[in-house]
Amino acid sequence: MKEIKHPMDFYLRMDRIPHIWCPGCGIGLVASAFVAAMEKAKLDEEKVSVVSGIGCTGRFAGYIKLDSFHTTHGRAIPFATGLKLANPELKVVVVSGDGDLVSIGGNHLIHAARRNIDMTVVCVNNFIYAMTGGQVAPTTPLTAYTTTSPYGNFEPPSNIPQIVEAAGAVYVARWTALHIRRLTNSIYEALNKPGFSFVEVISPCAQYYSRINRLGDGLDMMKFYHENSVIKHGESTDNLHIDYQKEIIVGKFVDRERPTYIESYKKWLGK
Amino acid sequence: MVKTNPKAVLTGTHKLNGGQACAEGALAAGCRFLSAYPISPSIGVIKRYTERAKDVDAVFIQMEDEISVLSAVLGASWAGKRAMTVTSGPGLSLMMEHLGLGVMLETPCVIVDFQRRGPSEGIPNAPSSGDIMQARWGSHGDYEIIAFCPNSAQEMFSLTIDAFNMSEKYRTPVLVLSDEFLAKKVEQVIIPKASEIEFIPRKHFTGAKNKYLPFDFDKDLVPPMVNAGEGYKFHITGLTHDKRGYPVMNEQTQEWNVHRLVRKIRNEVDNITKVEENQIADADIAILSYGSLSRTANKVVEKVRKEGKKVGNLRLITVWPFPDKRIRELSKKIKTFIVPEMNYGQVYLEVQRCNYGNAEIKFIEYKNKDLQNPEPIVDVIKDLAK
Repeated sequence: MKEIKHPMDFYLRMDRIPHIWCPGCGIGLVASAFVAAMEKAKLDEEKVSVVSGIGCTGRFAGYIKLDSFHTTHGRAIPFATGLKLANPELKVVVVSGDGDLVSIGGNHLIHAARRNIDMTVVCVNNFIYAMTGGQVAPTTPLTAYTTTSPYGNFEPPSNIPQIVEAAGAVYVARWTALHIRRLTNSIYEALNKPGFSFVEVISPCAQYYSRINRLGDGLDMMKFYHENSVIKHGESTDNLHIDYQKEIIVGKFVDRERPTYIESYKKWLGK
Repeated sequence: MVKTNPKAVLTGTHKLNGGQACAEGALAAGCRFLSAYPISPSIGVIKRYTERAKDVDAVFIQMEDEISVLSAVLGASWAGKRAMTVTSGPGLSLMMEHLGLGVMLETPCVIVDFQRRGPSEGIPNAPSSGDIMQARWGSHGDYEIIAFCPNSAQEMFSLTIDAFNMSEKYRTPVLVLSDEFLAKKVEQVIIPKASEIEFIPRKHFTGAKNKYLPFDFDKDLVPPMVNAGEGYKFHITGLTHDKRGYPVMNEQTQEWNVHRLVRKIRNEVDNITKVEENQIADADIAILSYGSLSRTANKVVEKVRKEGKKVGNLRLITVWPFPDKRIRELSKKIKTFIVPEMNYGQVYLEVQRCNYGNAEIKFIEYKNKDLQNPEPIVDVIKDLAK
């Protein structure tokens, strides 16, 4: 009997399946969207490198059958910067979590956007540090419970699209793990966009975030996204704060042109 | 091939400071990626390198901190470039995270540290050798490291080249432990012809694209490498991993992976360690020196030999791996080791370890102002004669 392969298998390390992600987790959906976007983009897959940091989404690189790097906590972006500058032919994609990219790696996120380094960053935001057992993150909505905010979080969370736009990103979008088709399209657009492109994906953590807050399982989170996300393309990123269990504005917010780092570097070299 | 770019090797006789000589060494060694964060006293290298970048198609990027600096260097190395960074103590502290990743991913790269007084900010414009132990043990977990200690602008050139070659040969980060004095000291540097410069290429996997296993090592325990973008679609991780590069976190794999990383250097200690011996053969007293202070130690030998004292200088060119064997042999023959250091006793402890109680060991703490003054060592030698 002939073995039938799923078309996505081409981009996945099937020898590593089953993956480590919990039932109800949204990272697998992001992986499908990424793979679908890769297929649509028709890039030379030999020239694509995926870099991840540490955490649940940090494991992303390990399941993608491209040159893939699982690096240190928060440092996927500088590692990808080195790859890209040393070989500008490469297409570099960073896929990592909110704690990794915005907290410990926040400085690198800002400066890569400022330099407009050619790379696509996909940030899976599940509002929590999940790998270590559900600690409060810089993205945890106010009043939400986590293992380290047992009386509710009182730290105002980061508005990630606002940060990256202010820093200089040329493409900024946000979707939830429910918006798989739109997310795929955004990743596709981001992959084709010269410069620093950024896609945030609000994603359920059924194991920690929704359980401690009694929000149900992964499916309940998806229902919540379905009922509470509002598509507002072109919305000012100033208005993208996420409040606890309130509406989530999604869409494409920024799509602009700026000289990329490598273009500017070549100009400086006179080439 | 980078090696044949004539602009990369400025054959001839030059007057350069240690920083400039280091940059020339890096360019001559084929280094085409420098990432750094401004810190005194490492700027000389950055300045020279960026001025020369246009000539040789090299890339320089000033990152946002020293953490991202070494991360970018590792990325560049995996994209196929010979890559380096330069820093000083506070920066080296921030680099320890990625020194560990570099060791774990077996990534060739060079880190040049211009040691200044510490801890913390210390004295930025004073030489020191306070980072010797950090270079060896600074990152967490078990690993072995290679570190060179140049003592002149000429060696800032030549040992930077050696550092690149060792790092490619053993697939490991290599340190050059210089200091503030050498960074600024202007001296004659002779740059040989390109054809006379040793170039150890990276061990490159050339098999079928679906047959590459990133950590399937050879007899020398060093696995061949490929670059990103060549179509091998490999995975690597800083987690304990198997030969496919996939995370496997158990005791067996830890042994297979990390113990091998240690053994690949330990097995080669005799081929890596380099010492220079000045009149050691008949010596009763051996000064054990390294870096800038070895110049002073040689002056001492010259001076006291005239007075008939049997004193020699054993100079460590590589401080890591430590030349245990040579020091143990010597400890049986001589009466006294004198260990002068620009710290409060770091290599001194290593000498104690290798001495097995055989010889007497005198430690001399050297202050910056005395760096080129032989007297503190001469005084100890005179005391010993009493």
